[in-house]
Amino acid sequence: MRSIIVVFPGSNRERDMAMALRRASGREPVLVAHDETALPPADLVALPGGFAHGDYLRAGAMAARSPVMRAVAERARAGAAVLGVCNGFQVLAEAGLLPGALMRNAGLKFVCRDTALAVGTTDSPFTAGYAPGQRITVPCAHNDGNYQADEATLDRLEGEGLVAFRYAGPGGATNGSARAIAGILNPGRNVLGLMPHPENATDEAVGGVDGRPLFDALAAALS
Amino acid sequence: MTAPEPAVAPELAAELGLSPEEYARVLDILGRAPSPTELGVFSAMWSEHCSYKSSKKWLRLLPSDGPAVIEGPGENAGVVDIGDGLAAVFKIESHNHPSFIEPREGAATGVGGILRDVFTMGARPIASLNALRFGDPAHPRTRRLLSGVAEGIGGYGNCVGVPTVGGETGFDRGYNGNILVNAMTVGVAPADRIFRSAAAGAGNPVVYVGAKTGRDGIHGATMASAGFSGDAEAKRPTVQVGDPFAGKLLLEACLELMEGDAIVAIQDMGAAGLTSSSVEMAGKGGLGMELDLDAVPARESGMTAYELMLSESQERMLMVLRPEARERARAIFRRRDLDFAEIGRLTETGRLVARKDGAVRADIPIDPMVARSPEYDRPRAPATPPAPLSPAEAAAAAPPGPLSDALLHLMGSPDLASRRWIWEQYDSLVRNDTLAGPGGDAAVVRVGGAGKALAMTVDCTPRYCAADPEAGGAQAVAEAWRNLTAVGAEPLAFTNNLNFGNPERPRIVAQLAGCVAGMRRAALALAFPVVSGNVSLYNETDGEAIPPTPVVGGVGLLRDSPRRATIAPGAAGEALVLVGASRGWLGQSLYLREIAGREAGAPPPVDLAAERANGDFVRAAIRDGAVSACHDLSDGGLAVALAEMALAADGLGAALSAAAPAGVPRHAFLFGEDQGRYLAATADPGALLARAAAAGVPAAAVGAVTGDGLLTLAPGDTAPVDVLRSRHEAWLPGYMRGA
Repeated sequence: MRSIIVVFPGSNRERDMAMALRRASGREPVLVAHDETALPPADLVALPGGFAHGDYLRAGAMAARSPVMRAVAERARAGAAVLGVCNGFQVLAEAGLLPGALMRNAGLKFVCRDTALAVGTTDSPFTAGYAPGQRITVPCAHNDGNYQADEATLDRLEGEGLVAFRYAGPGGATNGSARAIAGILNPGRNVLGLMPHPENATDEAVGGVDGRPLFDALAAALS
Repeated sequence: MTAPEPAVAPELAAELGLSPEEYARVLDILGRAPSPTELGVFSAMWSEHCSYKSSKKWLRLLPSDGPAVIEGPGENAGVVDIGDGLAAVFKIESHNHPSFIEPREGAATGVGGILRDVFTMGARPIASLNALRFGDPAHPRTRRLLSGVAEGIGGYGNCVGVPTVGGETGFDRGYNGNILVNAMTVGVAPADRIFRSAAAGAGNPVVYVGAKTGRDGIHGATMASAGFSGDAEAKRPTVQVGDPFAGKLLLEACLELMEGDAIVAIQDMGAAGLTSSSVEMAGKGGLGMELDLDAVPARESGMTAYELMLSESQERMLMVLRPEARERARAIFRRRDLDFAEIGRLTETGRLVARKDGAVRADIPIDPMVARSPEYDRPRAPATPPAPLSPAEAAAAAPPGPLSDALLHLMGSPDLASRRWIWEQYDSLVRNDTLAGPGGDAAVVRVGGAGKALAMTVDCTPRYCAADPEAGGAQAVAEAWRNLTAVGAEPLAFTNNLNFGNPERPRIVAQLAGCVAGMRRAALALAFPVVSGNVSLYNETDGEAIPPTPVVGGVGLLRDSPRRATIAPGAAGEALVLVGASRGWLGQSLYLREIAGREAGAPPPVDLAAERANGDFVRAAIRDGAVSACHDLSDGGLAVALAEMALAADGLGAALSAAAPAGVPRHAFLFGEDQGRYLAATADPGALLARAAAAGVPAAAVGAVTGDGLLTLAPGDTAPVDVLRSRHEAWLPGYMRGA
């Protein structure tokens, strides 16, 4: 699997994402800056966590309009796998590659903690390594993870099996996300956005290994 | 010679915090009356905050040498060799006064400032910690201050992408009028690529990089060098405003530039901004500097020389570059939309000359200003430390009900309740190297990719320091050393933040001198030097000083990080071994205050020889895999350590079976705060006890890890761990609800 990590000014989890991709694929990801207009050949484009452009205006809003995102959208349309985690999910939503929006957490606080998730569908290159409904623990670390969309969109996401992960811990989606949605796919199932950080759950010594199947499945599907 | 600007009246000097004697010295150095800009420069450089004029005498007593020390106090941060060509770079710094006035911005810029101190040295910041002190929870300001400080610390660190991995928070009415926000950052750099601030090479360009200069924080350093007197709100304009996004860009740009040899010297613009950075760089290099203030990137038009020299706008650096590296450097900063401006050059005159609008606004001989900066040996009046509690007093402190009720109360009290509400607002995971985050004895962060890790902790017990500064100072150092040891790390060195009241009062100077004497004694005995630090004085309001709070930020090395300990026992059936001697010391204990309602007696003495022997024993046992878990004993003693270990192990319990030593009441055995102790879990207590006996270290099996989910303190005196957990977790979220 050849992978690209897009780095915006203010991205800060590109290193974490690179560690996870390197472990799963055995290859060094290529870092591409926000102002590039073309992407090198790749099977996966990853948008990492962080605070692109300081989250000024809205989380992901300015990054979604950076030159590199036109190239990312083209790749997505061409069927390449695109993974946006945390701030990366916010950028994908702002760019219109995924529906809905990530609002301020319901508790109005940044939250960093282990989060229980349920796998919503195994029908995607990102989730094929999990069992249907499998419970996993992956950390979250975000201020704006409250997923919202209109009722019709939510119904469509659920009806078409595009909800990839749901919050499944006690109290459900403590960030306030509609229908406890933690991650969603596009209709082509080649674009995944999710708020928690599977890349921080790929190492026994740091945060457990429940994120590994996501990267391993990608590496298997895209090699 | 005439003054470069209209000369000032002496009254202005007093307003800026200079004493009549200090002002006379300014006149003598200049040979004339100063211009307003010059007076501003002197006032900032000679402020307590920048000059350490009341604390220098004491700071010199702290040992700063050791085989691993690469750079001791005096640079932006301390540097310690950690092997494999790497160095740990770290420092702690206070942002107390600004955080009381404007908690969110004050705390955020405190984090920003300490991050810059570390990357200025060429180090990539890998973790931050903080030590916080707030007033009585019942005080009307406390909730808002805590909420703002937590948001500010998280807001900055989370955005920059440096994990906040540990810290400590305390409440005491002594901080009602002056909270403490001390932030520590640890970075890692190649040991042979450390950047320093001494300028070199007359003619070399002086370059300003980062964010623009505004009118914020003018005279912040002077503000932090005086107490409050009901006027804290009016000082809001002296608080800086942080921009973590700019801080992140500046961090990445500086580290990129540092990969080459472009930089001759570099200095963060922190307290007293352009003034202190230019004076320090030129002064350390024995050179002069000419500044063209018209070239300084300004956020607002019409800023005067005075404002430009004294602004404490954030996210700015001053550097001296090799001339041929200019364009490469400019490109690195401009690509990130950061300002890059050549604002001056080094000279051989030894003078700081600042021009604005074509006129000289300041012309100061640097060496006399630095060399003749005031230093005070202020009178001190030590208080008599309280006598130890008598056996009768200790016996009379027995709890009214079961011991387990007392423990439940303590675990839910403001000083011991879980800090989860705070640390869940901090990204403790970013960079994916956090082996142990908040909640243990010390945080542990991987470095270098070869199994190595750094352990880090911040510690201080102000109630001990208030009762007996010398004992308290020694205890703060010993506790940090012990916390590093408890995870299996070799303590390397520490940074300290000395937070005290007004040094013009003899009682405060005695506290400072006493705490430093204790820290010195412990640092020498434990071979644990000080490599950096900060002093924050004048933490008082209307004559009410904070308790003496000398915070210690310790860093230790784990050469092989899998061989470390956490506080979570492995399995039911393991034995619990108490290392160190227990005398049931209740004086100044948390138990005595919370359960018996008394703040009395002498604090626990630190036997440094025993501290070292016990710690060396525990560390070796962890390294050899002889213990499955380890926890140091501190606030709340044995019972609280036991409870915290039970809470850390999902579904397990713990039971104490040992009798108290002869003559020690059971409540004193359980809650006494004797120093130098650890509680270890082990599957093979016989081997561990034999090993302790051979090492001459006191150790005894005191209980066992159980599978019953109960904490048993005595036969029939138990608390379910689930109840303990809910009490422990409930207080802070309940207190902060809606804040």
